[in-house]
Amino acid sequence: MNSDLSSFASLAPAYPELLLAVGVVVLLLGGVIFSKDRSTGIAFLAILLLIAVAGVAIWPPAEGILFNGGFIVDGFARYMKFLVLGGSAFALVLSTSTAKPMGLDKFEYSILVLLATLGMMVMVSANDLMSLYVGLELQSLALYVVAAMKREDSKATEAGLKYFVLGALSSGMLLYGASLIYGFTGMTQLDQIVTAVAGAQRSIGLIFGMVFLIAGIAFKISAVPFHMWTPDVYEGAPTPVTAFFAAAPKVAAMALIIRVVTVPFGGVTHDWQQIVIFLSIASMVLAAFAAIGQNNLKRLLAYSSIGHVGFALVGLSAGTSVGVEGVAVYMAIYVAMTICMFAALLSLRTSNGYVETIPQLAGLAQKRPFIAAIIAIVMFSFIGLPPLAGFFAKWQVFLAAIDAHLFALAIIGVLASAVSAFYYLRIVKVMYFDEPQSEFAAAPAELTAVMAVAGFLIVTYFVTVASPLYNAAHAAAGSLF
Amino acid sequence: MTLALFFFYLFSIVVVASAFMVIASRNPVHSVLFLILTFVNAAGLFMLAGAEFLALILIVVYVGAVAVLFLFVTMMLDVDFASLRTGMLQYAPIGVVIGGILFLELLLVGGSYLMAPTISGAPVVPIDQTIDNTRALGQVIYTRYVFLFQGAGAVLLVAMVGAIVLTLQHKPNVKRQDALKQSTRTRTEATELVKVKTGQGL
Repeated sequence: MNSDLSSFASLAPAYPELLLAVGVVVLLLGGVIFSKDRSTGIAFLAILLLIAVAGVAIWPPAEGILFNGGFIVDGFARYMKFLVLGGSAFALVLSTSTAKPMGLDKFEYSILVLLATLGMMVMVSANDLMSLYVGLELQSLALYVVAAMKREDSKATEAGLKYFVLGALSSGMLLYGASLIYGFTGMTQLDQIVTAVAGAQRSIGLIFGMVFLIAGIAFKISAVPFHMWTPDVYEGAPTPVTAFFAAAPKVAAMALIIRVVTVPFGGVTHDWQQIVIFLSIASMVLAAFAAIGQNNLKRLLAYSSIGHVGFALVGLSAGTSVGVEGVAVYMAIYVAMTICMFAALLSLRTSNGYVETIPQLAGLAQKRPFIAAIIAIVMFSFIGLPPLAGFFAKWQVFLAAIDAHLFALAIIGVLASAVSAFYYLRIVKVMYFDEPQSEFAAAPAELTAVMAVAGFLIVTYFVTVASPLYNAAHAAAGSLF
Repeated sequence: MTLALFFFYLFSIVVVASAFMVIASRNPVHSVLFLILTFVNAAGLFMLAGAEFLALILIVVYVGAVAVLFLFVTMMLDVDFASLRTGMLQYAPIGVVIGGILFLELLLVGGSYLMAPTISGAPVVPIDQTIDNTRALGQVIYTRYVFLFQGAGAVLLVAMVGAIVLTLQHKPNVKRQDALKQSTRTRTEATELVKVKTGQGL
């Protein structure tokens, strides 16, 4: 059987994945052999490895399709890989000083995060239903373990188990869809399915397969009505793990859903558009109303992330290059805001442990003005107030929706955004206008640095990162259409 | 009666009989041993069908690993098998129904294949009749499907790391044997010379 791997140089598009895979194994061996205080050292090396891989991923020696069509590297894959690697690296930075009190001071934590990241990179680059599934399982399996890692904590164990059961269900749906698509087209390669979809008259079985495939991925991006696991898992898992869940896997799954609907089903846009519009509206509306009653900050952020997925899907609903561009920009800003918010959350520690509920934030502005200001900035950015980054993210996706004449969707989105302002502003109100109740411990230096950098980028978005980010997203979306 | 037919009936009868004994025997250890007998004879059936790779995998993986694991579990865990077996007659009708459905489905699949062989579609990798199937598998698994193969390997690595992380407990007070420590012990650190005064003791 002939293969396209004639030499090591022909593997060039897959160099980032190879580097990460080899690096993980080396770090795993290192962690097992050197037993003294290994978790911090391994975490540090893991962050360096992620940075190196990100470097190779942005400037890869070559692009193209590899492994007999199973793996693709294009502008879109590179953009999304950079976001995924950035999200993972910052999630590891957030866990360096907080790992011990959070029960994550095992070197396997960094290893599993790296393996999950490898799975996400495979997902982003998947060009075949089989490699899509392998990447998804590699990512999910590592995430289930990470969620349950603090095993003496019953909430974390429950979160891990719940995530596992619902994840297995979603994998089943995804596989069922994939099998239907294969059955009705006879192909598994995404860029070949498109010819089958376009050539013959579309069969109802193929559409069924597509619906199941989208439903399976919608679990992973936690779009309503497949969001049930999100609040429980976000609340139960240790906070650095929640930060990781909210940042990296969402981007990878979003990249996957974009590639799956635009590449093989580009010819039947109308069929998947209705599904994505439904997911988008349901996510935005449910998140806006369900988060109002939440008292736990992590649950609130879970609903907030569901809402953000809904807003990002507004861009995808348009089904155009501009829409995908909007989603790409949205995900980049979403990752920055999420990391910034979790850095702030992790640096708030009272004598009773980490801050978990909204009333505990009372009077934060008097005790820790910097952290309070950062949280306020992120909240205003979540709402989408100009000139913060969140405004430009929403602006792009709504513009794409209006371009595609989806006026109702855009109006519902803006209204949902207005409703969500209520609970975001409540946090600001509690921080600035309530009387302080407890003392807060000093924030670790690296968390302060993360907050400062991310906060700076959010505030000065329009003058600093807007145009390079826009250009990168433009190139990324262009490679799909 | 050809020799192949003779072996087919031999293996089939033993498979069915020992499969029945797996659920019928009173002693759980006997059940596991009958399960191993079933696996070995099923491997013989695969061998007759020309699927030697599946036959060997069945022996290596199922007999060598899974069945031995079952044996360990049944012998080490204190499971009350007698209580598990109560109500077997009660569930028998459901078992018969499920068995009947499976049989019908087998008939449908087999029938459709016999009547219209083209319905199952063309395989992605064309089948070369001249080579045996272990070789055929080896030719694609490290070339065409190397990415998926290695990806599946990474999934198994995660499963292994995850199982260890979630279950391994480091108990600080357990005394372990350390051969290096034992053999590098010297006389000075192991013994102590004490001068005992007469009539006082230690």
